[in-house]
Amino acid sequence: MLPGQLGHYSLILGLILSIGLLSYSFICLKDGNNILQKNIYSISFIQLFSVILSFFCLVYSFIISDFSNETVYNNSHTTKPIFYKISGTWGNHEGSLLLWLLVLTLFIFLFLVNSKNQPKKYRLLTLFFQQIIISGFFLFLLFTSNPFNNLFPVPREGLGLNPILQDPALAIHPPILYLGYVGSSIIFSSSLAALVKKNINSNWAKHIKKWIFVSWIFLTLGIMLGAIWAYYELGWGGFWFWDPVENVSLMPWLCLTALLHTIIVLEKRLILKSWTLILSIATFTLSMSGTFLVRSGILNSVHTFANDPGRGIFILIFLFVLIFLSLLIFFFYQTKETDPEKNFFWLSKETSILINNWFMMYFLSVILIGTTYPIFLEVLIEEKISVGPPFYQKLLIPFLIPFLVFMVIGPNIRWIKDKFNKIKIYQIIFLLISIVIAYLIIKKTSSQYLFTTVLVAGAFYLFFNTLRDFFRKNYNLSQNISHFGFSLFILSILFNGIFSNEISANMKIGDEIKFNNSLIKFMRIETYKKKNYDSIIADFEIEDEKKNITTLNPEIRIYNQPVILTSEADIKSSIFSDKFLVMNLLKGEDYFNVRYQIKPFMLWIWISILLLALGGLISFVKKVK
Amino acid sequence: MKKNIIYLAIVFSFIFIFIVFYKGIYKTNIYVPNELNNKNLVQFSSKDLFSEVELNSSDLILNNKFTIINIWASWCMPCRAEHSFLMDLSKNSKINLIGLNYKDRPKNAKKFINNLGNPFSKILIDPDGTISIKLGAYGIPETFIINKNNKIVKIFIGQLNKKNLREIERIVEQ
Repeated sequence: MLPGQLGHYSLILGLILSIGLLSYSFICLKDGNNILQKNIYSISFIQLFSVILSFFCLVYSFIISDFSNETVYNNSHTTKPIFYKISGTWGNHEGSLLLWLLVLTLFIFLFLVNSKNQPKKYRLLTLFFQQIIISGFFLFLLFTSNPFNNLFPVPREGLGLNPILQDPALAIHPPILYLGYVGSSIIFSSSLAALVKKNINSNWAKHIKKWIFVSWIFLTLGIMLGAIWAYYELGWGGFWFWDPVENVSLMPWLCLTALLHTIIVLEKRLILKSWTLILSIATFTLSMSGTFLVRSGILNSVHTFANDPGRGIFILIFLFVLIFLSLLIFFFYQTKETDPEKNFFWLSKETSILINNWFMMYFLSVILIGTTYPIFLEVLIEEKISVGPPFYQKLLIPFLIPFLVFMVIGPNIRWIKDKFNKIKIYQIIFLLISIVIAYLIIKKTSSQYLFTTVLVAGAFYLFFNTLRDFFRKNYNLSQNISHFGFSLFILSILFNGIFSNEISANMKIGDEIKFNNSLIKFMRIETYKKKNYDSIIADFEIEDEKKNITTLNPEIRIYNQPVILTSEADIKSSIFSDKFLVMNLLKGEDYFNVRYQIKPFMLWIWISILLLALGGLISFVKKVK
Repeated sequence: MKKNIIYLAIVFSFIFIFIVFYKGIYKTNIYVPNELNNKNLVQFSSKDLFSEVELNSSDLILNNKFTIINIWASWCMPCRAEHSFLMDLSKNSKINLIGLNYKDRPKNAKKFINNLGNPFSKILIDPDGTISIKLGAYGIPETFIINKNNKIVKIFIGQLNKKNLREIERIVEQ
């Protein structure tokens, strides 16, 4: 009861402070003084503190299972392990929005502390724009999704947290992803502020680059954690399903990746100003649209928690107000870039980065259309369609080939103007080796011969080139690690896609089936009673041609609150391939539906994404020369 | 002039997108699993909310009427919101409306009915939610339309609206 009220009132305090900061920063803008008023830091800190307090009140309510709180009642249960009670705090709509708010206020405070070498008016204006977003979220939280609604009479038991959300990867997936999403709000506010104050220069680019990297690293890791969760928990044997909500997290990532490259051009050459701004605005808008699409229930997906039109309309209006506001500011303050010297030369680093951006925008548009088209179609002509993996694969994969080649060429070109050097011998050797290796690998498979060979060869070509770059004298470590990671990533998903193998059969205890020179034996099942679920654990033995035996223990869990059946796959990972086994209950029979898959290079997908993020991290901590 | 056209185009396209999304929010996008449709209603029995007499589901299905089972609770806000529609439905002589009171306290449930009116011919209680699970319900409110042959013909997940009401009337008229 008490923590609920405390949390509620500190949210109201936060909203008041937000409105206070809005007007105060506006007044301070007119002040000629060049030093930022001290009390801005303190007010912003108190605001941060009030949100932290409110957040911990909610966490506390979850820990003590205070069912007088509606959010706790809807999403928790006394028999939940303490870890999932805590993660249940943000595993629901209200709590996750509170987390959004927490990160928003945290980031603006960190921004204020870390931008002391920037002009005062620019900082004030950033604070101003950021507080518009923050107050919008405060209003949203307080009026449509208050996490501290009281229930009376107090129910004795909660409804429980969705079991598929009870997974360690998923427990940390939302916070990490939100750090990325919300980080883009700082980029958004600061770009608008820099535009209004005509502060777009190298200094600004250097300063905002850090924030871009922060968002990008967290977004990358957040998406990866989501994929890991999908792979281990959903039990479909894949890691990416082109589910609308997955797409919605990928779109800002693509935009941010484009921005990451463009901001370097702006820093070094002071061109592409407008483009940088558009990307900054688009990144945050896409993050917000993501929240809208997920939270309004307009899309049907594994992530849709809330189906309340009122909430959807609030975010929709808020989103469009922000878009209109930013477009208005953009068109009003935009200046023409008419410096003739700064035109592009066709063979230069800036051109190659622009090409990267074109690819990113193409990938982005495909995903955007694939995700939103069904909504338009349903509203306009009442037809339900579902856009699935084949659409994305057909449209995206062919373009990976030129993309990979440009990734080899681009980083080695100089700024401003480069000459056609004599083509180096090693380049040709690498290309030939790549093609030969790709051919030898693909030859054995029956899949589309030529196309796959070229694609794999492209990925190998990038792989060898980035590998070689590690042994050069002046190479850019962060960029090289990321690009190397990307080539590894493409190779891993290609091999994973080409060499995955699976068998599905109905088996009962004692059955044996043959699959790819190995023998799958169903040994026994055992049942256990756990705190919040009953479990059936099976014992399978996989015997390969060399008589090596692997034991796999897939599990079926029957959760008690709410009653939901989940299949926990058992996965044995090794360096080069994963063995994946999942079983399902067949109603009223003693047979189980068993699916066994061999998934090569799974581990390398995660490693390569980590490398990608590591590159970003190195760039982030690197001292500015 | 050229610039103005661009601005106008942007504004209009955003308004268009806004309207589409706005309408999209109100579309139901929960797909009812096909396996439930056209299945026989499962047998269940429970106590009556008021008389506390044990009743069997087969006694409730009348042979000359459509039966509608509505799962509700006093603590459920959408249930409160859809209640007026249920009151409308109760006036239809071809419909036998039955309530299933989900995870509720009898005192609160009775108060709810006393305040808002009773559209149901019978109200059964489901104190631990097991009957709703048996029925295959997703959550509350949920409304099952059952024909004279004890077959489920339609399930409405979530709060009923005017459109649903018309659809129910259409089904009943057939």
